[in-house]
Amino acid sequence: MSKNGFISLLFHTLFVTFMLAPIIVVCLVAFTPEGYLSLPTNGFSLRWFEAIGRYPEFIRAFWVSIGLGALSSTIVLAFAVPAALGLARYQFRGRDAISALLLSPLMIPHVVLGIAFLRFFTQFGLSGTFAALLIAHIVVIFPFALRLTLSSATGMDRSIEQAAISLGARDWVVFRRVTLPLIMPGLISGWALAFIQSFDEVTMTVFLAAPGTETLPVRMFLYIQDNIDPLVTSVSASVIAITVLALIILDRMFGLEHVLTGHSDRTK
Amino acid sequence: MQSSSPFFLSTQTRSAWGLILPSLALFLAVVIIPLIMTVMLSFHDWGQYKGIETVFILKNWYEIWSDSYFHEMFARTFRIAVIVTFITMALGAPEAYILNRMRAPWKGVFLLVILGPLLISVVARTLGWALLFGGKNGVVNMALMKIGVIDAPLPFMFTETGVVIALSHVMMPFMVLSIWAALQKLDPQIENAALSLGASQLTVMRRIIFPQIMPGLLSGGIIVFSLAASAFATPAIIGGRRLKVAATLAYDEFLNTLNWPLGAAVAVLLLVALVIIVVSSNALIERRYKAVFE
Repeated sequence: MSKNGFISLLFHTLFVTFMLAPIIVVCLVAFTPEGYLSLPTNGFSLRWFEAIGRYPEFIRAFWVSIGLGALSSTIVLAFAVPAALGLARYQFRGRDAISALLLSPLMIPHVVLGIAFLRFFTQFGLSGTFAALLIAHIVVIFPFALRLTLSSATGMDRSIEQAAISLGARDWVVFRRVTLPLIMPGLISGWALAFIQSFDEVTMTVFLAAPGTETLPVRMFLYIQDNIDPLVTSVSASVIAITVLALIILDRMFGLEHVLTGHSDRTK
Repeated sequence: MQSSSPFFLSTQTRSAWGLILPSLALFLAVVIIPLIMTVMLSFHDWGQYKGIETVFILKNWYEIWSDSYFHEMFARTFRIAVIVTFITMALGAPEAYILNRMRAPWKGVFLLVILGPLLISVVARTLGWALLFGGKNGVVNMALMKIGVIDAPLPFMFTETGVVIALSHVMMPFMVLSIWAALQKLDPQIENAALSLGASQLTVMRRIIFPQIMPGLLSGGIIVFSLAASAFATPAIIGGRRLKVAATLAYDEFLNTLNWPLGAAVAVLLLVALVIIVVSSNALIERRYKAVFE
């Protein structure tokens, strides 16, 4: 295969600059010692990171996001794993329609889902509650969990299961001791991707969150709508730092492009 | 697991349904029903003092149909989506190709750098663009003035240009990912064969590489288009309160004006338009590429 020439590398450098510039600028401005937005020219300061501690709404929103992400991505597996096994193993009428329905939250704009959920939960007096957020998040992260568990369930060697059955293992034992360990990589990467999707979701959540149940991205969004100051950049820089850490772990464990394209198996 | 015995098949079907039923019930209850309720909401009446009246009228739909404000807003929404789609295609395709030619450590590092932003909060990324664009001291304007491209700062904040640039950045990883996936199926030996037979680099690109990554380019285009047309946070932050797109307008109707029925009509129209565009272009692409490969 031929190598990249000078023009290719120049293009590549400009492209990477374009991709990184907004992320780096947020992190730089977060360290400003000034009271206004500026790139730190005379020394770095942590004052705006310390300032986060004085704004309990950001701290609270952070814990709402963590709790919501952890709960929704755990519960979604309880739905997605059986569904993935059902879709991977059986051919039946309506199978394509069902998998299209279960993947539909990828296709439906989140603003439409947000409106639909707001309308729905208001009907039952649940609008603005944590329960409503939880149900809504389970639905929007479902496709991510399903795709990854589905790909490991499809690629699984069924003969090990059949061996266990022929040796007299019961259904539950087969699932717990054979199937589950075999699909575990897909399960873990599915959980992680689902968590990140829930943690980042803003468009749908902004319709459902009320003061007290605001997630971190929603709090940040509403704050930016009013004004942009160094405080929100230090909050964003913290979010970026956490995400990058998660990203590197995810990449080391599974290979990021496999997680993102929905193939948890590494065929390198 | 195929069996000719009808009894065995029906047991299988039963256990398949048993596994899928919980998810199906969940989606029926909290996706299908809320969507139907939203469609119904778009036919209800609303007044400043009376609130929502559960009647069946076409008022909201007529308002969207007749008021040029909505025409402009939808035209802007789809114009931004189309431009963003072309920008991500034009920049994403060469980058994915360059990335694919890189060697072991760099390939992985830059793939992480380019796809990683996908998982970083869109609010944080858009804030970055707001900082880069912002006012006279915006980094982009200062840099452009320093290298002498422009004399006076260009307005990026609260303009369509700004929204397009920031959205292209937000959507770029989807496009690179899609083309990257297509490139993985490509056999480098074909490229080498063409080169050894005397084809120029340009011919190889046009006749060998391009046709093979076309499906990835088109499916990436569909993803980017539909996400860009329904984008919310980026147009809201960069576009501000005046430069409305469908998603931000619907948000406004719901949470500021409280005219839910009108907001629902805007959202339903956006959904229907996107479904029609995505389904028909998918069908078109499939038909075309079936013909090519058969």
